[in-house]
Amino acid sequence: MAAIAPKHSLPAPFHEYDLDDAFDEMVDRDGAVRPHYRHLYGALGALSPDELRRRQQVADLSFLHQGITFTVYGREEGTEKIFPNDLLPRILTRDEWARIERGLEQRITALNLFLKDVYHEGKILNDGVVPREIIYSCKHFRRQMRGFHVRKDAYVTVAGTDLIRMPSGEFVVLEDNLRVPSGASYMLVSREVMKRLFPELFRQCGVQMIEQYSQALLSTLRALTPQGSAQGSSEPTIVLLTPGVFNSAYFEHAFLARQMGIELVEGRDLVVHDNFVYMRTTAGLRRVDVIYRRIDDDFIDPLAFRPDSSLGVPGLFNAYRAGNVSMANALGTGVADDKAVYAYVPAIIRYYLNEDPVLDNVETFLMSDSTQRAHVLGHLQEYVVKAVGESGGYGMLIGPHSTAAQRDDFRRRVEADPRNYIAQPTIRLSRAPCFLDGTVQPRHVDLRPYILFGDKVTIVPGGLTRVALKKGSLVVNSSQGGGSKDTWVLD
Amino acid sequence: MLSRVADSLFWMSRYLERAEHTARVINIQLNLMLERGSKSDDLDWARVLRSLGVELPPEDVAGAQVLAQSLLHDASNQYSIVASIELARENARQVREQISSEMWEQLNRLFHAVRRGGSQEAWDARDFLQSIKEGAHLFQGITDSTMTHGEGWQFIQAGRFLERTMSLSTLVGAHFHEFHQTGQPSAERAYLESIGLLRSCTAFEAYCKAYTADVKPQRIAEFLVLHPSFPHSLRFSAEALETAIKDIGREAGSRRAARVERIAGRLRATLDFAQIDEIMGGGLEGYLGEIRRQCGQVHGALYQTYISYPIEAALEA
Repeated sequence: MAAIAPKHSLPAPFHEYDLDDAFDEMVDRDGAVRPHYRHLYGALGALSPDELRRRQQVADLSFLHQGITFTVYGREEGTEKIFPNDLLPRILTRDEWARIERGLEQRITALNLFLKDVYHEGKILNDGVVPREIIYSCKHFRRQMRGFHVRKDAYVTVAGTDLIRMPSGEFVVLEDNLRVPSGASYMLVSREVMKRLFPELFRQCGVQMIEQYSQALLSTLRALTPQGSAQGSSEPTIVLLTPGVFNSAYFEHAFLARQMGIELVEGRDLVVHDNFVYMRTTAGLRRVDVIYRRIDDDFIDPLAFRPDSSLGVPGLFNAYRAGNVSMANALGTGVADDKAVYAYVPAIIRYYLNEDPVLDNVETFLMSDSTQRAHVLGHLQEYVVKAVGESGGYGMLIGPHSTAAQRDDFRRRVEADPRNYIAQPTIRLSRAPCFLDGTVQPRHVDLRPYILFGDKVTIVPGGLTRVALKKGSLVVNSSQGGGSKDTWVLD
Repeated sequence: MLSRVADSLFWMSRYLERAEHTARVINIQLNLMLERGSKSDDLDWARVLRSLGVELPPEDVAGAQVLAQSLLHDASNQYSIVASIELARENARQVREQISSEMWEQLNRLFHAVRRGGSQEAWDARDFLQSIKEGAHLFQGITDSTMTHGEGWQFIQAGRFLERTMSLSTLVGAHFHEFHQTGQPSAERAYLESIGLLRSCTAFEAYCKAYTADVKPQRIAEFLVLHPSFPHSLRFSAEALETAIKDIGREAGSRRAARVERIAGRLRATLDFAQIDEIMGGGLEGYLGEIRRQCGQVHGALYQTYISYPIEAALEA
């Protein structure tokens, strides 16, 4: 990856800004600043490094004081970390966003049709478009959901789809997070901080609003109120169900509940009686209509799923099946974001919508296919290998950055359980300017927009841009040294 | 309000009140032991433990000083200051979103200060004990001035004053048992101990304003049990408890509130309409025991009404 020298090297604080073969969000191939980055570029040049550092400190303190932390699993002490937030916004043009928005709406619509089909007649399986064995061997497939009518067919109510930008500048989908995606709170908080730090720039650029997210989420949840809810015309009771204070995303749960003005409950706050769900309040039991659950399927009801779960609510699944309470997301959506099913999403879109996908997939090799497996195992160094049911950057091998021992380990794992793995070529994610050590340097980024599906599809412009803060790193997950950035979609 | 939240706020407050009370009592006791020049430290410590409600079997008395030491720093001792503050913080953490940031920060500061306090000898712990007391006072002040005085705040009040009523009655009972009934210690000793008791309730100065420094057992009892407006008297605490419980009933709007309100009202009336000479005549210890029994009933009724009620009862309502 030899650095391509810009035609004229950039002045401070950009003097360490180099270009390579990844797409650069701010600078074009010739080293000229892209038009939609000009305001930011100008503003940064006009500010002294000390002033930039001061603003970075203000931002850091603001995150610290709000207690915006996440938990890293697998270590004992000091597991609670401040979420690193980069000072500089990532900027998208209106046209870039319009395409992304169209692509995401198409994708969520198709995926919800797919889930309904898979849990009912299974036409797409009968027609051989998606192999039956991939579905039935998926560990997130919930046979308990077969034949059950999900309110408004909204299986996936909240999705957080990860997009990356190819060296060509084209956005493609890296993965669909359709179970309990997190991060929307970081998007909202970092926007608030940015407005305080760069009010002038914000106004000059004309940035599209995202503040309506909580309101839109609430309306989407409200749309799921069960039919014939005993409370009739009065306000439905909506709650956010959290695993509790020890969960890595507890800050987000509390934040969103507060923003929406709904109760933040734990499993032990809910009881099921005669297939109705109630929450225990000091004023007595209150009937619950919609649960925005941030607990995985497996843990939601010890009677229906894992009996050792103490986080869930015994009897909840029966109340759900009886149609007395709605849950977002529905149970069993994980079958659609299995990384092996992902490979079929373009076909799924064509099957249900009879349209070409607006956003492409990343080329994906199924390890369950012996030809593809042999090819990948012969060139492990060039591929990223991922376990199909994992998320958060856990359980993956990045070929170019791996050791021989790690590759051997993964080779054994893949051969032992091929269905559990896929491989993708290593992609140079695009790079965006970040403020690091007093200078502006490019780092690899992705983009996670949040998609809401209720009576209609709502996507707030932008989303969470995640950054691999380590130089050269391609891993953006917060658990693996990543941070976030505010994302500006220009009007 | 969620029952779980009410539960956490209530216990956060009880544990903090307990930590402060324990710190105050031990601090005063250290003072007294200096003045007494006593040789029987273990016996003295055994008495302190009793006044905090920790009953020792006679054969354990010899270990009383070790136990007293653990009352400061031993997190595995459920009566210790460290354990109380840890539990207060743990309860607060469960409802982090329901209390103000200022409250959380202060409780956190106190928690870290207690952990840093390490394993000092009790004799060197005076500053430590003082800082617990101040830290707890600061938390109460912050709570009163930064949190909405709604239902949650009322549960905090209820926890604090229920704990105070119980711990005060234990303390006063132990004192009178020791110095005014059995064996009649010297007048000098009784005087010293009486002042110690008043100080343990931060009541010495207030007592002097009411009765001058003329320290008499019956007056002390009257002051600590029946004074209407001194915040560390039983009557004041029971009234504050009843007020909180009535306010909770109004806020929660529960139709099942009548029972707990009646029980809290009876506790308050037991203190409101009592005469000190009748109490002393009938036996102070027995009277205080009755107060504690009623406190237990208030706690039970509060939980049955608002927190751990059976589902069936709530569905009928």
